[in-house]
Amino acid sequence: MLRYTLLRIVGAIPTLLLVIVLAFLMVHAAPGGPFDDERALPPEIEANIAAAYHLDEPLPKQLLRYIGGLLQGDLGPSYRYRDYTVNELIGIGFPYSLRIGASAMALALLVGIGAGTIAALRQGTLLDRVVMGFSMIGISIPVLVVAPVLVLLLAVKLRWLPAGWSETGGLRHYLLPVITLALPQIAYIARLTRASMIDVLSRDFIRTAYAQGLGTATVVRVHALKPAMLPVLSYMGPAIAAILTGSVVVEEIFGIPGLGQFFIGGALNRDYTLVLGIVVFYATLIIALNLVVDILYGVIDPRVRYR
Amino acid sequence: MSSLRYLPLLVLLSFATLSGCTDRSALTANTLQRAIPTDPETLDPHKARTTQAADILRDISEGLVGYSPDGELVPAAATSWDLSDDGLTYIFHLREGAKWSNGDPVVAAHFVAAVERLIDPETAAFYAEFLSDVSSIEATDDLTLVLTLGRPTPYLLSLLTHPATFPIHTLSLAEHGDGFARPGKFVSNGAYVLDAWVPGSVVSLRRNEHYWNNAATSIDKVNYHVLVEDSSELNRYRTGELQITSTVPPDNFAQVQAELADELHVATYLGVYYYGFNLSRPPFKDNPELRQALSMAIDRERLTTKVTGRGEAPAYSWVPPGANNYEPPALSYSGMTQAERNRVARNLYKAAGYGEDNPLQIELRYNTSDTQRRVAVAIQSMWKEALGVETTLVNEEFQVLLANIRQGDITQVFRSSWIGDYDDAHAFLKILESDNPANSPGYESEEFDSLMQRAATQTDLDSRRLYLEEAERVMLADHPAMPIYFYVSKHLVSPEIEGWGDNVLDYHYSQHLRFKAAQ
Repeated sequence: MLRYTLLRIVGAIPTLLLVIVLAFLMVHAAPGGPFDDERALPPEIEANIAAAYHLDEPLPKQLLRYIGGLLQGDLGPSYRYRDYTVNELIGIGFPYSLRIGASAMALALLVGIGAGTIAALRQGTLLDRVVMGFSMIGISIPVLVVAPVLVLLLAVKLRWLPAGWSETGGLRHYLLPVITLALPQIAYIARLTRASMIDVLSRDFIRTAYAQGLGTATVVRVHALKPAMLPVLSYMGPAIAAILTGSVVVEEIFGIPGLGQFFIGGALNRDYTLVLGIVVFYATLIIALNLVVDILYGVIDPRVRYR
Repeated sequence: MSSLRYLPLLVLLSFATLSGCTDRSALTANTLQRAIPTDPETLDPHKARTTQAADILRDISEGLVGYSPDGELVPAAATSWDLSDDGLTYIFHLREGAKWSNGDPVVAAHFVAAVERLIDPETAAFYAEFLSDVSSIEATDDLTLVLTLGRPTPYLLSLLTHPATFPIHTLSLAEHGDGFARPGKFVSNGAYVLDAWVPGSVVSLRRNEHYWNNAATSIDKVNYHVLVEDSSELNRYRTGELQITSTVPPDNFAQVQAELADELHVATYLGVYYYGFNLSRPPFKDNPELRQALSMAIDRERLTTKVTGRGEAPAYSWVPPGANNYEPPALSYSGMTQAERNRVARNLYKAAGYGEDNPLQIELRYNTSDTQRRVAVAIQSMWKEALGVETTLVNEEFQVLLANIRQGDITQVFRSSWIGDYDDAHAFLKILESDNPANSPGYESEEFDSLMQRAATQTDLDSRRLYLEEAERVMLADHPAMPIYFYVSKHLVSPEIEGWGDNVLDYHYSQHLRFKAAQ
């Protein structure tokens, strides 16, 4: 078991290294530099700044320096935020992204499964069509459109919710971004749940359960829900990916200081270290989580260890 | 299998949801909510570069001189100053009893230390050459500062309102090094102190109890919200979450004009929007007639009324109107109608060897943005209509465009702009001197350079002005660039706010503002 775990950890290192090198080369290949401006700098000053950030060194040397820093857990200084290191910025941004993303996921599961189940039980009725119609709309309209429409309706016209983020605003400020981010996922999950639930409800064991005299609520809760959830569980991976990418747009529109906003700003300003840092951070996170799952598989199923 | 893979992430995510959300205190009544388009890159006055960093720094720190809401120079950290007859020595008398936010007295040595740090190459300050006309700075006692100039610099007082020249608290610089301007460390001498900064979200300031004029400060807290999307600003303004916007989105301008006319402030701004020619490559190298033809064929009136439409003024000079003690000369053809201009332009175009059978084919580069695209499309069609020029539009990300302009290898016509750092024609004309790093077209004219040199040595303000005007006239006749329009500042200011004044530099100190109800 230990051997298996160690092998998996060692196996993850080349993957991560590849991500780092590719990302490093890509950000440096983009034209323009972090300190370019219409207000061009005197050459001496420019040289001083470049030297301060080691940008005057050849690229391979910069890469080695970067990896050397990484080994010590140092993602380097941000070029755009000259008072902050990338470590600090990720420390500031990630909790926001995590909060918004996790809340959106929770909301999507709750509402999506609920709506899908109801639609399945009332299959073919007006209610079913309304739910499915809305979910079709939810899937088709991108976050880029949903966000401004929701802001216009719920914030500007009706004044129910704030139009954007505020540090001191509290929970109300989470609602619009979370709803926006959750909407497409609610739609997908509702459709998946409905289809899967209809399938499960027609199985023999459900008929047996009804024959035992159980009510619909009990049958659904105790017998149908679990098997019906399998496709939804399989969809979790893509859903998390969609929420990660969607959060970039949502953070920008609502002005939330999460990693998505730093990522866009970093890319546009050629903040090499910030962009790289976020890529490395997410890559490490996903590789680590996969590693944990793989190791857990090994624990649960001995056959996997000898694969 | 894949379903299980993401389970740990899910658990982690839900845990964070439960632990993270806390409701903090509601908005304070006497807190001003303003918007800035991006984060300041730093609040270190010597390393900052953007106008939004400067705006915040003018609230936090105070230089020798400041501006009133209407844009008049007023005493600030200095109560008065004397200028020697030769225009080369300024003696500033500092305010007695002025204090830093930690209670330390503000002394002349703090100004000297700031200038020394600004020009030190080690600092690598963006504005390192800002005070290049100052040959020495000396604190003769705690309250007297003597500034000696290498040549007359009539705009010196205007320079001294820029944060790059503000004093620094030397003890905290020694203690914290380059991180001295971070929240919790930044000791400042302005009406406010830096309270908190969440990058990507908000910069928060609170009243500086030690400020010499604290009694006159009405607003207790100021939040500068970072709002990248201009439509987000407008939405937040409409919901009352913002009292001052940094701009008005182009798409909503007409609507705002109709619905919020009393709250909309549009004012002339010291900034020129221009298209530059690459003077180092054909077809524009050594071809002033062709450059003039293209410049003349731009219908600036139609462009500013129909395309940009936010009150911009058509530009027929390089220096914007409104610059201190300056009357910009106009492009030679500014008196003609557009039809006449087009006729002359066609002749110049033909004389340069182009015509219907042999149209000029050029690339016009601009940075990706809706406004830039609309202007470029309009100008493309004006050139097509008037001259038959075949223009290819190339939009590039801003940093890519800047890199291309600097290299000058592939550019032909490019979009650019210049914003004055101080209220003087020199702030605009200097960038076209041969050796200026911001000279984007690569303009080189001995005549222009020598006129600029001579203007620089004049002590008499009127003769200096005449030299500068002559320099601009010479430059305009060479057409190194096409000035298109002059910027205007555009803000929505809530009717709750008093004390706002429109001015050409677009400076709006929070200490001058107050809530109506607070009186």
